Amino acid sequence: MSAPLIEMRGVTKSFGAVKANEAVELIVAPGEILGLLGENGAGKTTLMNILFGAYAPDAGEILIQGQPARITSSADALAAGIGMVHQHFHLAPRLTVLENLLIGIPGRSGRIDRAGGLARLAEISRQYGLTLDPDLPVSALSVGEQQRLEIVKALFRGAKLLILDEPTAVLAPSEVDGLFSALRSMAAQGLGIIFISHKLNEVRALTHRCTVLRHGRVAGRVDDPANTTSAAMAELMCGHEIVPPARGPSTPGAEVLKLDGISTSKHSGTALRDVSLVVRAGEILGIAGVSGNGQRALAEVISGVRAPNAGRMAIAGHDVARFSPREVQALGLGRIPEDRMTTGLVTNLPLADSMVLPRIGTAAFSAKGLLKPDAIRAFAEEQIKAYDIRCPGPMVRAGALSGGNLQKALLARELAFDPKVLIVSQPTRGLDIGAARFIHEKFLAMRAKGCGIIVIGEDLEELLVLCDRIAVMYEGRIAGTLASADATVARLGLLMTGAEGHG
Amino acid sequence: MFRLEARSSTPAWFNLALPLLAIVATLVLCSGLIALAGAGVLESYGVMFTASLGDSYAITETLVRAAPMIFTGLAVAVAFRAKFWNIGAEGQLLAGAVASCFVGAIPMPGPLAMLLMALAGAAAGAAVALVPATLRVRFKVDDVVSSLLLNSVIYYALMALIEGPWKDSFSGYPISPPIEDSANFPVLIEGTRLHLGVVVALVAAPLIWFLIVRTTLGFRIRVTGENPEAARYGGIHVERVLLSTALLSGALAGLAGVGEVGGVHFQVMSDISPGYGYSGIVVAMLARLNPLGVVPAAIFLAAVMTGAEAMSRATGVPAFLSDVIQGTALLAMLVALLFTAYRIRRVGAVS
Ligand SMILES: Nc1ncnc2c1ncn2[C@@H]1O[C@H](COP(=O)(O)OP(=O)(O)O)[C@@H](O)[C@H]1O
Ligand SMILES: [Mg+2]
Repeated sequence: MSAPLIEMRGVTKSFGAVKANEAVELIVAPGEILGLLGENGAGKTTLMNILFGAYAPDAGEILIQGQPARITSSADALAAGIGMVHQHFHLAPRLTVLENLLIGIPGRSGRIDRAGGLARLAEISRQYGLTLDPDLPVSALSVGEQQRLEIVKALFRGAKLLILDEPTAVLAPSEVDGLFSALRSMAAQGLGIIFISHKLNEVRALTHRCTVLRHGRVAGRVDDPANTTSAAMAELMCGHEIVPPARGPSTPGAEVLKLDGISTSKHSGTALRDVSLVVRAGEILGIAGVSGNGQRALAEVISGVRAPNAGRMAIAGHDVARFSPREVQALGLGRIPEDRMTTGLVTNLPLADSMVLPRIGTAAFSAKGLLKPDAIRAFAEEQIKAYDIRCPGPMVRAGALSGGNLQKALLARELAFDPKVLIVSQPTRGLDIGAARFIHEKFLAMRAKGCGIIVIGEDLEELLVLCDRIAVMYEGRIAGTLASADATVARLGLLMTGAEGHG
Repeated sequence: MFRLEARSSTPAWFNLALPLLAIVATLVLCSGLIALAGAGVLESYGVMFTASLGDSYAITETLVRAAPMIFTGLAVAVAFRAKFWNIGAEGQLLAGAVASCFVGAIPMPGPLAMLLMALAGAAAGAAVALVPATLRVRFKVDDVVSSLLLNSVIYYALMALIEGPWKDSFSGYPISPPIEDSANFPVLIEGTRLHLGVVVALVAAPLIWFLIVRTTLGFRIRVTGENPEAARYGGIHVERVLLSTALLSGALAGLAGVGEVGGVHFQVMSDISPGYGYSGIVVAMLARLNPLGVVPAAIFLAAVMTGAEAMSRATGVPAFLSDVIQGTALLAMLVALLFTAYRIRRVGAVS
């Protein structure tokens, strides 16, 4: 094996009392794709931020091609050939692709070297199959294209090591294939790649070796991921075995949610066209589909933030008249949003505030316009305990919690009030296996208690595990509904492309 | 080398330390200007301090000046909590002054007059604030711009009033007729100007704090300001909250004008407010939008204003220094706020 491209030795980093990284050792060789695994909060992002110069480690050293390196800023990292694609992109939305590439790159005599930039972009595109239109503004790019731009940006600056922090969390399954083939061709041409993901099947398909973190320490290494089972890797990550939840036979009861011929205007995204569906008490209905086929409008209508142009909706037998969030909630709807940070929680306020937000006007948390601070606090504390939400306490800023813990908090806030129907979007996006399993178990427990659940998701394997029936959305319509006993990834995939016509 | 690093939580003592830090930085920065003007720095600040807080009379004068800034500071703090960017406290103050002067000139029993003056002033301020809020809710008009521009509209309307129908026909001065003597706010300490309105201002701060922290309206204001989407999904009528906030904010700013008419000037003239509405923004920022912090922040600015005049007389440093200190304090506070989100770290010590 050639000399390692990057070696991290004994890297330790604490945030106050939290040891985010402790004596971590990590090696990447040229041409190698290293998987970096670990539960949420295991310290993966922190470790990569240290490598990229965003944090200074408390102890330890970084060697680049065998030479000790001092990386104290991202500029140092870039100069040393380290590029990083963060979980949240760092792009200027109003500038074009080319302009974004040229930011911070000195041109000749203070002028921007447009021709040189174009030539270099063309070369990178050809070399790795990463095509981008140089003159499109970033705001016009899809998430997948923005990610491609981040990768090209790193290569543009001469990265020899590319760090990707959970790149597939934001991609549709079809986009993942394109990303993987680009990464493989980069590795084939001698680049080192660090790939972070919770999805073990991806890790097994892509990486050559894995390093697994647990509570900030290296819990183990996997030398042959392709021939290691997901279960074995999951056990390394969590420190214990993960058993898939068993979905018992369903005993559907009364209709708790009924949509009858719902259509919406094309306000933002795909409109709904004549959507009818039924969810019964004690069953889980999955909504599959490539994202952008009306799932968002469906969730908005059911949540009461968007009124349909035509059609009727009933919750637990009561017609929804005004389509306000308060109305649907009063009828017994609970909701776990797709985007926890923007439509779920208030990151800058205490966690307790987010946990009571939808029910602040009810007698549980206020009376005659006055809050009941003790009741609010007690409720939050109770749920934190019941759901094992890892946080310093109910008064901590919600934004300080990790994704998995935020998701538990949202779940706790909805389930505490025994909803008759629960609408859930992408319930485990970005969550590690342990957290995802916990969420699944809660859904199945609610199902057993007679709650009707509707799960909107892109992860077909997850839907197949969880749902009794799966409906597929295509271009704003329900293209077909399958009982999950009859459903396979292949059949669902066919429906998702609109192949089986309109059902 | 030093660099900024994101922090995940802000220690509680920052709420006190940051404004103090900003004030110290301001005084240090402005000492350069004092030195440039050829005066002794310590001497000048000494004069400022004695003249504003040195004896009980000076303290009452400072409090009288602080009162309108407590109201405008509260107005801005409430508005900014909801991210309703009310830069229009100045105009709302003027509207409150005009309305209360109008009511105060009608003969009626004193207590009733004072009550009606307060109600009229608050209503006028609220009505003015409702304009930018409605424009924003209905037509997505930027509230910073509309509330700011409205200040000039109100100011010129006031000028038109005192140059026109209200003009003193006897002296020809552009001042309104005085309010009835019985409507003058009672003075609380003989021989000073400390009037009832000052106490109302001091009581208003904890009341507004209670409203923000302990009521469902306050909860909705906070949530709407921090994340309107989550608020909407949580069943909060975001538009209604913004309009309520505007009414409350405008009413508070209007009360600042009421106090100036009923307790200090007893009539309306063109310079009834030396920019108290704008100072309210500085006050609210120094207070970190905490209604309780508004009181000390307003007293600080009032002390700078009264002190600067005395300093100017004693040392020849122009009284404009008061404006410079205000502006610098705002900038220093904005910089200090950076430390709520970031910490400074020494780097380079890693082997
Ligand atoms: N800037 C920070 N301040 C304080 N604690 C932090 C900060 N960044 C991360 N942490 C903590 O460090 C631990 C590791 O976090 P992170 O590296 O983001 O984990 P991962 O990426 O594996 O999910 C977590 O407990 C997290 O709460
Ligand atoms: Mg991470």
